[in-house]
Order: sequence, then C-alpha cells, then structure tokens
Amino acid sequence: MGLLYQIFIDPFVQMGTAPDLFVQTLWEGLVGGMLYALIALGFVLIFKASGVFNFAQGIMVVFAALTLVGLYNVGVPAFLALGLSIAVMFVLAFTVERVVLRPLVNQPDIILFMATFGITYFLIGFGEFVFGGDPKVMITDQLYLPKGTITYKALGGVVSLQKLDIAAAIIASIMVAGLAVFFSKTRIGRALRAVADSHSAALSVGISLEQIWVIVWFAAGLVALVTGIFWGARSDVSFALDVIALKALPVLILGGFTSIPGAIVGGLIIGIGEKLGEFYWGPLIGGGTDAWFAYVIALVFLLFRPQGLFGERIIERV
Amino acid sequence: MKARDILVGMTCASLLGAAVLASKAQAQDSIYVPLLTYRTGPYSGSGTPIANGMHDYLAMLNERDGGIGGVKLNIEECETGYDTKKGVECWESIKGKNPAVVNPYSTGITLQIIPKAAVDKIPILSMAYGLSASAVGDKFPWVFNPPATYWDGLSMVMRYIGGKEGGLDKLKGKTVGFIFLESPYGREPLPLLQQFSKDYGFTVKEYSVAGKEMQDQSAQWLAVRRDRPDWMIMWGWGAMNPTAVKRAAENGYPMDHFIGVWWSGSDDDGRGGGQTAKGYLSLNFNGLGSNYPAIQDIKKYVVDKGKSQVEKDKFAENFYNRGVYNSVLVAEAIRNAQKLSGKKVVTGEDVRRGLETLNISEAHWKELGFPNFAAPISGVNCTDHNGHAPAYMQQWDGAKWVKISDWIQPMKEKVRPMLDEAAKEYVEKNTGWPKRTEACDKSS
Amino acid sequence: MLYREAGQFKTSYASDQAVFPILQDRVGILIILVIAFIGIPVTGNDFLINAVMIPFLIFSLAAIGLNLLTGYTGLLSLGTGAFMGVGAYACYKLTTVFPDVNIIIWVIVSGFFSAAVGAVFGLPSLRIKGFYLAIATLAAQFFLEWCFIRIPWLYNYNVSAAIEVPQRELFGIIITGPRASAQTRYLIVLTIVVAMTWMASNIVHGRIGRMWMAIRDMDIAAELMGIRLLPTKLLAFAVSSFYCGVAGAMLVFLWYGGAESTVFSINESFTILFMIIIGGLGSLLGSFLGAALIYILPIILRFVPPQLGLPLHAATVEHMTFMITGALIVFFLIAEPAGLARLWQIGKQKLRVWPFPY
Repeated sequence: MGLLYQIFIDPFVQMGTAPDLFVQTLWEGLVGGMLYALIALGFVLIFKASGVFNFAQGIMVVFAALTLVGLYNVGVPAFLALGLSIAVMFVLAFTVERVVLRPLVNQPDIILFMATFGITYFLIGFGEFVFGGDPKVMITDQLYLPKGTITYKALGGVVSLQKLDIAAAIIASIMVAGLAVFFSKTRIGRALRAVADSHSAALSVGISLEQIWVIVWFAAGLVALVTGIFWGARSDVSFALDVIALKALPVLILGGFTSIPGAIVGGLIIGIGEKLGEFYWGPLIGGGTDAWFAYVIALVFLLFRPQGLFGERIIERV
Repeated sequence: MKARDILVGMTCASLLGAAVLASKAQAQDSIYVPLLTYRTGPYSGSGTPIANGMHDYLAMLNERDGGIGGVKLNIEECETGYDTKKGVECWESIKGKNPAVVNPYSTGITLQIIPKAAVDKIPILSMAYGLSASAVGDKFPWVFNPPATYWDGLSMVMRYIGGKEGGLDKLKGKTVGFIFLESPYGREPLPLLQQFSKDYGFTVKEYSVAGKEMQDQSAQWLAVRRDRPDWMIMWGWGAMNPTAVKRAAENGYPMDHFIGVWWSGSDDDGRGGGQTAKGYLSLNFNGLGSNYPAIQDIKKYVVDKGKSQVEKDKFAENFYNRGVYNSVLVAEAIRNAQKLSGKKVVTGEDVRRGLETLNISEAHWKELGFPNFAAPISGVNCTDHNGHAPAYMQQWDGAKWVKISDWIQPMKEKVRPMLDEAAKEYVEKNTGWPKRTEACDKSS
Repeated sequence: MLYREAGQFKTSYASDQAVFPILQDRVGILIILVIAFIGIPVTGNDFLINAVMIPFLIFSLAAIGLNLLTGYTGLLSLGTGAFMGVGAYACYKLTTVFPDVNIIIWVIVSGFFSAAVGAVFGLPSLRIKGFYLAIATLAAQFFLEWCFIRIPWLYNYNVSAAIEVPQRELFGIIITGPRASAQTRYLIVLTIVVAMTWMASNIVHGRIGRMWMAIRDMDIAAELMGIRLLPTKLLAFAVSSFYCGVAGAMLVFLWYGGAESTVFSINESFTILFMIIIGGLGSLLGSFLGAALIYILPIILRFVPPQLGLPLHAATVEHMTFMITGALIVFFLIAEPAGLARLWQIGKQKLRVWPFPY
C-alpha cells in the first residue's frame, strides 16, 4: 500500500503543496527539452533531404562551439569569431558532401549511417587536436547574451528563470520559424522536399543533389552552432557534450524522423517528461532515472505509434 | 576499382607493419616512470592540468638535477582517456619495461590493476583516490594511497561542518545532501556518510549524477531545492564540477555551505561559475600559486624552455600543483628506494619499499623547495599505506582559490576500523588473495 | 599458383556444399589453428597475449554475436554492451553464490541469462525495424547500465559498485584472478571462441540461419514461405545475446579481472557495431577481421610513432588515432561497403585465376 501511495498519490500531493517547484520543474524540462529539440532538428534536416541518419550531429554541436570559443581565445573578436565559425561549418558541410556523401550515393542507409560514425570519430580527434581537450567557458558576455536570473515570487514560493534560457527559447523559435518558411516557401526549400521524396525523381527534374546536400549539412551546422552556444553557456564547452546527442534519438522517435514540428514537440515532451519523472518518481527507485527515462518513453511510443507524432507513415510495419 | 586496389595494398602494408612491430627491450640506464594520464575525453578538463603538473616536476628534476640520484628519469605518458579498457592496456604495455611506480589516475583503473600489482611486482600510487581499503598495508602491500583516503576526506568535511555549526551534535535533525558522480569514485564515501548520519542524527539525501547527465544536472538541483539540505557535499569529477557549481548558484543554494572533495576544486570548476560561484568551498592538500622555489624552478627549467604542454596562464593552478605534489611523492619514493637498495636504477620492488618508508617532514618539504606547500607525510608505514594526513579548506573568491582554514585532521579513529573492515571483506571476497610476504623496512 | 582447385572433384552434394570446399582452405584453417593454439602461447610475449590476442578474441566473439543479429537477421542493435554486461554480472553472481561449480561452466551458463534478457528486449522488433529498432535497443542499453549500478545485489553490495574476479581453478591450474597466467587464460578464451564460432557456423549454414537470412532479405516473403517471424526473430535476439553474454563474462573474468558498470557503456556497443560493419555484415570471418582492424589498429598506431622515433605526445597520438580511425571507416566504406570479408573473397578469387585477370 505504502508503495502504491508513493507512486500514485504522493507525487501529486507534492505538486499541489509546492506549486512553485512544480512550475520550476516544468520550466527546466522545457529548457532541457528545447535543447534536445535543437539537436533533433539537426538530425531531421539531414534525414529529410538525404535520408542519412547523421550520427555526427552531436559532435558537430561540440565542434561548432569549440571553434567559436577557440577562435575567440586566440584573439579573434567575438562576432568575427562567430562569422568564422559559420564559415567553418560551411567548409565542413562542403567537405562532408565531397569526401563522404558523393562517393557513397546509392549505398544502403546503414552504410551512410556508418559513414557518419567515421565523421564523428574524425571530428573528435580533429577537434581535440586543434583546440585541446580541456573544457572552455562559452563567451556569453562577448556575444551580448543576457545573464542573470529573473525571480518571481509566486505560488507560495520562488520561481527563477535564467535570462539565458529565455534568450535561447526566443532564438530557437525564430530559427525554427525561419526554417519552416525556408522549407515551404522558397525554391530551394521545395527542391529539398523533392529530394527527400525521391532522389532519382528529383535528379530527373534537374535538381542538383550535391548542392542540396551542401545546403542541408550547412543548415544542420548552423543549428549545431546555435545549440552549442546555448548548451555551452549552460555548462561548459567540452567533449562531454556529445553524449547529449544520444538524447535526441528518443526525441526523433516521438516526433518522427522527417517532421520539424515533431522534433520540437518531441523534444519538449522528452524534456518535461524526464525532469518530472526524475523529480517526483525518481527517488522511489534510487534516482538517476533521467539516464534512460527518455528511451523508455520512446520505446512505449514505438509499440503504439511507430511513425511518431507527426511522422509520415513510411515506416515498414512487419 | 582503384580505391579497392589501394585498400588491398594498405591492408598488406599494415599487416607487414604489425609483423615488424616486435617488442624491444632497451638497456636500463634510466628509471622508467610511466604516467597514466588523460588529456582527451570528457574528463580531460580535470586530467590535463594534473598530467602537466606530474610531467613537469619530473622533467624539472631531469633538467635541474640530472634525474634522481644521478639517474635520469624516463618519463612516458600513456593516454587512458579515463577509460578503464585503455588503462588496462596501458598497464599491459608498460609492465614489461620495468616501471618504478604506476599512477593510474582513475579509481576505475585502480580497481582493475590492484590485483595485478602484486603479481607483476609494480607498486601503485593512487594519490588520494582509488580503493580506500587499500590503505591497509597488510592486505595490500603493493598499493599506496597517501596522503588521505576519501573517508578521511569526508571526515574532514564533517569536522569543518561541525566547526561551523558549533559541534557535530548540533547537526541533529538537519539534512546533509551528497551529490556524486555515479561511479566507484562517487560511491566510495557513502558508507561512512551513513555511519555519520547514524552517529549524529542527521538525514542524508543522495543525489547521483550519471556520467551522461553531468552537463545537465537540473533535476538533481531541483531536488536539492525541494529538500533544502543544510549542507551540500560533492564528490564530482571532470565536467560535472563546473556544472554543479553553476546549477547551485542558479538555484540560490548558499555557496558557503557547498563543499567539494579535493577532486572538485580545480580552477576550471570555479571559473565556470565565475562571480556567482563565489563562496564555494573545497578541500585541498597542496599549496596554491607559484610562490614556491621548486615551482619557480619548474618555470625556469621546463615551462620557459617550452618543454611543457601547459598553457602559460594555467601554470601553477590548483590541479597543476596537485600533479606536482603527486610527482614529489614519486620522486621521494624513488630516492628512498635508492637509499634502501643501494642501487641507482631502482625497480618496482625497490620503490615499493621506498613508498612504504615514505616520510616527508616539514623541514624536508622546505628542503625540496616547497615550504608550507603541504602537510608533512609521516604516518605511512607497513600497515598503514595512507598516512591520513590533514587537508585544509579553500574557498573560491570569484577569480581564484583562497586558503581559509588551518589543517583539518581526519577522524582517524572512525576511519581506520572501517578501512580494516573493508580490506578484510575485499580479501574474503577474492578467494586466493595472496598473504603479505614482503618484508618490512624501517622508516627512513 | 598453390591456390588451385583443379583436380579436386566433388563426388557428393555434401562435399560440394561444405563450408570449406577447397582443400587449401581447410589446410589454411588448420595452420591458423595450429598457430593460435601452439605457436602464440609458446612464442608470444605477455603483451601480445594479454593486451592484443585475448581482447581481440573476446571482441571477435561479441562481434559474431552482433553479426548473427544484424548481419544475418537484419536487425540493428545498439545494446551489445549491455548484453555483454548481463553476461558478466550473471557470471559474477553465479560464481559467488555457487563457488564450487567450475567457472567455465558459469561463463557459458551466464550466456543463457543474457539470452533471456536479449529476447525480452527483442520484443519490439516484431513491430519495428531499422533505425527505430536501434533506438529501442538503446533503451535496453541505458536501462541495463542503470541496473548494473542501482541494484547493489548484482555486485554483492560492494562499496565501490564494482565486481571483482575471485580466483578459480580447473584441474588445479589457476584460470581466473590475477595469478592466472596469460597463456592459460588465452587458451581458455581461444577454445571457447573456436568452439562457439564453429557452432555459429553450423547455425548460419543450417535451417535456422537460412530462416534468418530469409527474414533479412525480405520479411514479408519469408512469412509467406511459412517462416514464423515472432519466434525466429526472438531466437536471433536470444542467440545473439547468448554470444554477447559469454563474451562479456570472458571479458571480465578472463581479461579485466574486475569491472564496473562503465565498462559496458554505449561506446562498447558502438565499437562492436563498427567491427561488424567494417568486417562485413553477414560474415563470420568478417567479425574477426573487423575486430582485428578496430581493436588492433589503434594499438599499432599508438606504438608505431615511438618505434619510428617520432617524438609524438601521448595525447597527440590519441587524437591521431581517433582521426585515422574515423578516416579509415569512411575510406573503407567508400572502397568496399561490403566490408573486409568481401575484400578477402575478391583476393581469393584473384588468386584462383592468377596470373589471368578472369
């Protein structure tokens, strides 16, 4: 009985008696979820346009952030460093297309997936070789990102919001909106969707696959840079960050591999779900549940709705 | 087709290369000191400064004194990336080269190689980390963990808290939070903490941080906000530390009630939080800053000559000095071994004897060029491989660490019985654990 | 020249369908086995046996396990590390609870525990496949990893949450624990790996293997031909996890001599996946070649620069290793997506008709 009480009643009593903590947990979940969503967004962009499941997205986040901070540390002004980082991401996209994707056209998905593992390894080694492995502090002040805390006395307690998180939310929303417009309204966006539907059909109507791939990898690189800046500001820029990319995988399951809104909503659900789970139910089984909670949500989801929330029904059911 | 031909050629070439790769034995005219370090991977933030410190002090001895006792030290790093598998590989690759002593620098790796040490006759120096129970010299003749075990560390933290509260009895009814990295290292202090909570009547709240989550930690710190512990103790490592310090500040936890162990006190840990981290406390057992003659020598003979990897502005930071401290122990053990054995080029077996008789008095620290750098190491002997030396509390002032307390003695009377118990249990579980046969030397 | 099959006439279907139909192949295998069983233990030094050969064989076995699932049945799994962990922890519990039973028996038996766990986590494979399944197996990976540290019973309430290998004997010879000689452990590992490879070869060439491959090539067709998908897929998960479990138990008991949960992390799963993709999906030989490339290459890379007198720093070598490994993966995929095993076949084919191109 006591256990049932702890599972089914006590957490809700806690939510009721300390609404400020509940709201705070929700907020933390939202912020965490948004960052998962950003990583997932990078995956979706590439998957949509080239069918490649890009495992390297996580390390691209680290690499982008490292480039930015690394350049700043050798004396490049902050905004010039930002511009140069964007240029580096473009070079990366171009190189990946030339060296990895082009020779592997028409190979099975798993081969391309493996190739992105290769990219991951290479970027880890290269990044550490150039910038060193020690963690670096993100240059938030120099980029005029707000810092500090907004504290509301509400709900019988205190709810504190980090200004940085709010800024992250705003910039992420703008970016997502921009991408959505880009995908639905522009010529290139439509070409991207055509490529996603069928490579050969797109080729036959004169769409350049190479060009499209460079564009999506570059877009994913930009998303990675933004993600890296905000994750980096929340903790540190270090190679420990790339494991966070794995969190994007359950997000993709929830949202579907090809849906941008799916990535966002999935990210938020996973973020909030794991924080609430860990906060209210985690202590019952010893805590640390956020290591696997997201995957179990995804697993349950898979059994009932394999195509995800917004995914197209392309998944083969057996 | 062409790429495939290259591939065939390459495969053949690499097979040839592998065949050529035969092991070699070089003439022993130097003392081989392998350093298991990690400058890569998620924990490199903590690992790099320590690696630099360890390397640079030994390199300085080579440059300034021509090694130890006239014998050059052959310093070689083996990169582990804090990965147990690579650590074991390193052990296998160095054990044939007659190493003087091995510094594993990871509790996980230490646990793996403890059983191998006695078989391969190589002493392990796990300086204030590793298996606490290995302080019992009767059971673990080949393992040394001076100057203090984690349990000593926890007892020092408790003593400090007791001092602030006006006696440990005052803790009755209060809550102490313990946030730790989910690993053997982080779990080690838990039994003693439970013991303390029983003895003094406070509640313990555990917050574990998985390695994957160490850059997030928001759930853990929300729970801290809910539970409102009166004190927080942290056993963190690598990227976990700066994140924890940041989260604590964001959640409005009073930083001067937040205490880290000596591995949670690097300059990076405070720097990440900057001004908001002001007040954060951590234990330390080595001196701060570069204001010691020997450290100046390192600068003169090694760093300024470009023989070090350390970045100029990170020279003589706390963890750098920690590495230096580690190397002082290594160097003194080798010196002792030379004295005891009468040989110039000492082996692992000699250094084991040297470590067992390790004794660095205050005068000797001064002689070495480290006046007031650290507490004297006097308690190491055949039965006690630890010494239970005191540590002090340091505080982050927003830009650097400042020493704020005197030496805090560990509660040896509490720790020692637990160590004996744990060592006994370890031996019981490992059937066939060899009895100590190594003779005991007089302390030098 | 030597590699000619001329004059070797097959007089029965059985000999025509043999795994090694050509005499030279059989001789080659025999030579390799003789070298492995006699040559290496007699001539090899400790480093070669302990740091190269033992882990290489163990990883090969794990790679075979994953290959049965991914290469032969077409089900992608990222939970290999955790399944290896299940084997290791099961073996530890078994040998501490029943210390009198021989450890080798427990190493094998622990595979069954792993198989059971694998079958449970294989259940989603009935509804999903491809990347989706891979992510489902990630859930297994993280959940099991969490269990290894959160269920103290698994490691006998050890303070450090680690498992330590007790000393065990076979016919009076110490075979586990630090005092077991490298040669002994090597021979045990080799025997188990050879035996299990032989078993795997029989499985994949037999009825079960054909059912798996039918499912891999087209599941709907397989179903129409009367293969029941549910039991067959679960069997693949179980057999694969069995192999991984045994590999995991050997990893801890015959190589590391102790372990903590991080040993069985997601990186382990990825490493083994690399091995089979580089080696060749759906090839037992490929599992060995892949394990050799992924495991031994970094060791060689680490030791070559000092041999050549290049004063590279340990960390730099590590960075280089990462970069070269990454570049090699991409290069191999471009040059030969079917893996090293296919390369080997091409080589053999060329040898057969040499000096003529066709």
